[in-house]
Amino acid sequence: MNDFIKFENVYYSYDDTSDDEDNSEVSVSVPHMALENVSFTVKKGEFIAIAGRNGSGKSTIARLMNALLDPSEGVVFVDGIDTSDDEKIWEIRSNVGMVFQNPDNQIVGMSVEEDIAFGLENLGVPRDEMISKIDECLKIVKLEAERKTEPHLLSGGQKQRVAIAGVLAMRPSCIVLDEATAMLDPDGRREVISTIHKLNKENGITIILITHHMDEIVHADKVMIINEGHLLCEGTPKEIFARKDLIDRAGLELPQTARMFAELNECGFEIDKNILTVDEAFEYIGNLISSGRMNGGNENVD
Amino acid sequence: MKVSFGQYVPGNSIFHRADPRTKILWTVTMMVLLLLVDSFVGYAVAAVFVVAAIIISRINIKLILKSLRTITFLIIFTMILNLLFYNGQTLLFKFWIFDVYLEGVLFSLKMIIRIILLISATSLLTFTTTSVMLTDGLEKLMKPLTYIGFPAHDISMMMSIALRFIPTFSEETDRIIKAQSARGADFDSPKFIEKVKSFIPILIPLFIGAFRRAEELATAMEAKCYRGGNSRTRFRVLKFSSADLFILIFTLLFLAFVIFEKSGWLAI
Repeated sequence: MNDFIKFENVYYSYDDTSDDEDNSEVSVSVPHMALENVSFTVKKGEFIAIAGRNGSGKSTIARLMNALLDPSEGVVFVDGIDTSDDEKIWEIRSNVGMVFQNPDNQIVGMSVEEDIAFGLENLGVPRDEMISKIDECLKIVKLEAERKTEPHLLSGGQKQRVAIAGVLAMRPSCIVLDEATAMLDPDGRREVISTIHKLNKENGITIILITHHMDEIVHADKVMIINEGHLLCEGTPKEIFARKDLIDRAGLELPQTARMFAELNECGFEIDKNILTVDEAFEYIGNLISSGRMNGGNENVD
Repeated sequence: MKVSFGQYVPGNSIFHRADPRTKILWTVTMMVLLLLVDSFVGYAVAAVFVVAAIIISRINIKLILKSLRTITFLIIFTMILNLLFYNGQTLLFKFWIFDVYLEGVLFSLKMIIRIILLISATSLLTFTTTSVMLTDGLEKLMKPLTYIGFPAHDISMMMSIALRFIPTFSEETDRIIKAQSARGADFDSPKFIEKVKSFIPILIPLFIGAFRRAEELATAMEAKCYRGGNSRTRFRVLKFSSADLFILIFTLLFLAFVIFEKSGWLAI
């Protein structure tokens, strides 16, 4: 019942010419299927990470989620609505917001507030309501001071937060970030990631984060690895990172901390493999040292 | 070299506060009326109106003069042509194969005054209106045309997107120039043909980039439920204020004067 997004045996091919208008945004013709028999569900309020190398089909999944593409075969449901239902398309798009990769190519407005207003204008929201919604969204993404700023004067991280605010204003239950951090510097990436975590925790918004930065997915509720149009595996970050073979097959890398622990393990140190974040590592190493210092300290004193 | 004609100067004068529609109306009316006036008295009054408008708009007179400087050539050209080719009765002197008449001198003087007044009056529109407001004003003014199938909303949306992307494209141009220079492209050749040719490696990537951006932007707009002008509300609204009333009365006064002048009551 609380399956918010549901993929049922979804196939997608960019060659399919029966898919009239939706082909327009993809100019390259890929002879093989972009997605093959993909099925999964996303629950309301979950934080999902989708990872895969370039061309694995992860962006296609994103576009299927908000009816920018219709599946060639199979069905995609968003909140119980079939996305190929042309009459409900606007309902779906206002319910599932999208943030894209290039911050420059998704800002329409001449200033921050105008860009946030763009989605609201499209939904036909009265002007008085727009102003209060813009205030609220600017506060959430912490850009109150940039309200009147022109978009080209913002940093990459700020631009992406404007894009998030613009989506947020439309009150979606879910936000899909299609490699939204790929073009950002580390600071910008941190800003965006902490913003979406806040949205997930405090506002209960379902987040679908598509990325190939493995460090970003360690805090997700569920991780899906996509490889060559197939759903290779799904599970909690710990389950996924324990399967180094699958990660390698998908052309991905373990997050830094996990890689360090995995390599230490390979070198013969018997330590916990299930450590993904710096905080966990800090605690674990701390414990090791405090239990180990006794011995070391004794040796030194002796 | 900076061309000052058409650059927005921030301010808070009556002209700045007025609705762009009013200012467009003022500009069009002034253009028509200045072409109708053809006596020196008419021009004198027109000049008073235009100078008054400049003072009201608090635009620095130097800026207006600067925008006039860009058309110096046009002014001189018009003057010389009129001096040499105008046929009148009172011959002043002969110059090579040309006859210069008194009427020709007067006529070319009138033409110069007319051009100067036209440029000064119309440049007030762009000096006091941001391009965004101008686009909004044009959309609203073109709205009646939608009933005969004119895509007013689409055109204004295209214009505002174009305006939004100007800084993005100028950044991109800089980047491409640097990238091509790094590959050994020469942009400083003294030869004209070479210089023109050297722009091809800038323009091609710029255009390809523009198409890619357009496609991505279209997808992003669609994802945000954009579906054309119908049933859309607007965040930026235009309101008729006392500033507009003032400019309208001002314009009407000038219109009244021109009608009087043309009807012959003030004939000189």
